[in-house]
Amino acid sequence: MSPTVAAASRTGSRPAARLWRPLLGLIRFAAVVATTFLGLLAVTFFIGRVIPVDPVLAVLGDRAPASAMERVREEMGLNLPLWQQFVLYVRQALSGDFGTSVLTTNAVMDDIRRVFPATIELATLGTLIGTGLGVPLGVLAAVKRGSLTDQIVRVIGLVGYSVPIFWLALLSLLIFYARLGWVAYPGRIGVAFEYSFTSTTGLYLLDALWQGEWEVAWDVFRHIILPASLLGYFSLAYISRMTRSFMLNELGQEYIVAARAKGLSEARIIWCHALRNAAVPLVTVIALSYANLLEGSVLTETVFSWPGLGLYITNSLQNADMNAVLGGTLVIGATFIGINLLSDLLYRLLDPRTHAR
Amino acid sequence: MIVQRLPRLGLRTLGAALCLALSYGAPALAKTPADTLVEGFAIDDIISMDPAESFELTAGEVLGNVYSSLVHLDLDDTSKVVGELAESWTVSDDGLTFTFKLKPRLVFASGNPLTADDIAWSFERMVKLDKSPAFLLNQFGLTGENVTQKVKALDPSTLAITVDQPYAPSFVLNVMAASPISAVDRKLVEPNIKTAPVSDTNKYGSDFGNGWLKTNSAGSGPFKLRQWRANEAVVLDRNDKYFGPQAKLARVVYRHMKESAGQRLALEAGDIDVARNLEPGDLTAVLANPKLAVVTKPKGTVYYISFNQKNPNLAKPEVREALKYLIDYDAIGATLIKGIGEVHQTFLPEGVLGALDAKPYKLDVEKAKELLASAGLKDGFTVTIDVRNTQPVTGIAEAFQQSAAKAGVKVEIIPGDGKQTLTKYRARNHDMYIGQWGSDYWDPNSNAETFTANPDNSDAGKIKTLAWRNAWDVPELTARTRAALLEKDADKRADLYRELQKDVLETGPYALIFQQTEVAGIGGNVEGLRLGPTFDTNYVGPVSKK
Repeated sequence: MSPTVAAASRTGSRPAARLWRPLLGLIRFAAVVATTFLGLLAVTFFIGRVIPVDPVLAVLGDRAPASAMERVREEMGLNLPLWQQFVLYVRQALSGDFGTSVLTTNAVMDDIRRVFPATIELATLGTLIGTGLGVPLGVLAAVKRGSLTDQIVRVIGLVGYSVPIFWLALLSLLIFYARLGWVAYPGRIGVAFEYSFTSTTGLYLLDALWQGEWEVAWDVFRHIILPASLLGYFSLAYISRMTRSFMLNELGQEYIVAARAKGLSEARIIWCHALRNAAVPLVTVIALSYANLLEGSVLTETVFSWPGLGLYITNSLQNADMNAVLGGTLVIGATFIGINLLSDLLYRLLDPRTHAR
Repeated sequence: MIVQRLPRLGLRTLGAALCLALSYGAPALAKTPADTLVEGFAIDDIISMDPAESFELTAGEVLGNVYSSLVHLDLDDTSKVVGELAESWTVSDDGLTFTFKLKPRLVFASGNPLTADDIAWSFERMVKLDKSPAFLLNQFGLTGENVTQKVKALDPSTLAITVDQPYAPSFVLNVMAASPISAVDRKLVEPNIKTAPVSDTNKYGSDFGNGWLKTNSAGSGPFKLRQWRANEAVVLDRNDKYFGPQAKLARVVYRHMKESAGQRLALEAGDIDVARNLEPGDLTAVLANPKLAVVTKPKGTVYYISFNQKNPNLAKPEVREALKYLIDYDAIGATLIKGIGEVHQTFLPEGVLGALDAKPYKLDVEKAKELLASAGLKDGFTVTIDVRNTQPVTGIAEAFQQSAAKAGVKVEIIPGDGKQTLTKYRARNHDMYIGQWGSDYWDPNSNAETFTANPDNSDAGKIKTLAWRNAWDVPELTARTRAALLEKDADKRADLYRELQKDVLETGPYALIFQQTEVAGIGGNVEGLRLGPTFDTNYVGPVSKK
């Protein structure tokens, strides 16, 4: 046990203090979450009200009679003072009611429940690909620093960073779909299974595997692999670059010299010692890029006809459907906070110094 | 521990996945099933599958294939209607009561017999639900209070509808052809009606099955709705009990595809049979491909530039005329709207009753200069134009800016999001505006009442027609628009609209530019696809595949 940890456990020996510490942490965390949420709510709400668009137009369209316009304005509470509208909104949001989307006429929560799984599925596979390739590439680049390999990895990352995703998406469609016929398009599932397959969770790939529908799973896989690879490529660009810099940092440490002196094999030093330590900050990087993908990649979703969250929110924004935008933003906010919390937990699990606590 | 295993598991799955993907080497030409028509179509505007609620273009197309109405447009002469559910109809001498005799042995897709009572109830639920399409019936004086008296089943095969004024029969029938006014299977819907205590927002204590019909169908068309997954797909199955000629294909799938380029790739690969949202570039490629074909049809949407009469310069008739000479129609037609529209200068779209085919204007800078000089604006003037930031209107605005500059008219373009420019337009705060107007129903009144009627031009005016929005105070034209609506004789009525169009062409504060054309790219094996003038007449029943 390291001295600091010992000291901590000594001061924490009084039962009251031992109870208080996690509780305080929890309260602090809750306060941060609450403030973040309130801030999110306030900003999106006021932007929604400030834009020079009449929300009633979004509900009724251009042709509705004046009486209907007035009625809806009243129903939506738009004739109330702004602060009252805000209070009303916060109260509803707290009870889990984000109102009704004017675009789809469904409860916003129902809509999100429908579109979010599509994005989760895509983002998860994308992150798996990005991590699975990005980390080894980054390690390779760090180990062979300055070599041709390093340069190649850098170029791969640079392209991923700078090329517009819709262009790459269309190009890859042209190559892998139109020319080679390796992947399927459009949407999430082929027409042949359109009516026979029902998904319970909204995660098609998992559902198909779970139900033992191998053909469906294969078809779903052929649909998802290209957009997921693209997203994976973009997170790879970020992850490999960060891995490289973390690894360079670790490889310069004295314990590596010590390990070498001890006669450990180079592979063992790199993969078991250096990477093990670089993994700690890397978790945050991966979590952040995952959270980014969960927001929904609008362009990818558009090109691949993927009915996900990004498309939903953009569509709502363009139609001044403020309930849906606010609801979607809050869900994204919650996801971000959730993932941050998760990466915090992982951090603790991975960092041996925090194990004792 | 779990944490450490995760990345490794990810790698292994990924490795396996990649191997699988790579081993699938041979490019297999994907083909759609032989009994299924697959359309790539941007369907994200669908909000509901309830005909009494939905009034969006895409949904209209689905509903037109799933439900049937008393009458529908005659696709060979779209200024007329023919009976669909109705075998014949008569109009009472006072012009107020329309009596429809139904065809014998009509059935819904559920197998329930289709009776006049079902249709009367469909009218009732549409009016009482009071959603977007309810105005179609409200304009005949049908309200929640009187609809059950005014629309009545006299016997199982006879339906009487009483309207509040002696409207032109052609007007009433044209409106009846709209897809929202269709027969809904009362027996099938009734067990799915949700009731609630009567309140301000729920006047009748019933949702009339709206909740259920949002995602289910209860129609009698050639197809029935199997499934609608928002932003993903609409699946239709053939209705084997259809009373008309059976649909040739067993299924139709509308897949949501937003990207024109994606639609083209999928069409070329055979993953879709029909591409519905092709942009000019991709359209050219499809046209050049010998294995594919293209079908087109002018639709009921016209694009125009309007001149707000609150602006003193634009209020001068010479200036309005001059501006109409400052648009390069030919160039716009040859480039910006190539394949998606045809130059059109009158406010009634081609194909509707009374549409006037006149194109007197072309770019004529000298003539415009003369007109401006006679208006005392020899050196031109400066004016703004609000434009939504989408094509083709942005391009048209820029073209207009250039050609107008030749006569000294400096046009400042104010780009904005669609809803934003529309909000400004509706508040009459614009100088000029590029707009589009789609007919709500296939009758001249739909456009006439907005382009030429302005009952109250004050700022407090409640009826915000396009004439009102441009502060065009025309009591005389308003009265003539009204008269045309009541003209019994269809030919005379058509003449009245031609006169109105001539007047607008000469003096109106609108420069009509083009009429939208709908285009569909189709696979070479698709036969019988014919687009109608409206979206709800894009019938897929006669389509077959080789």
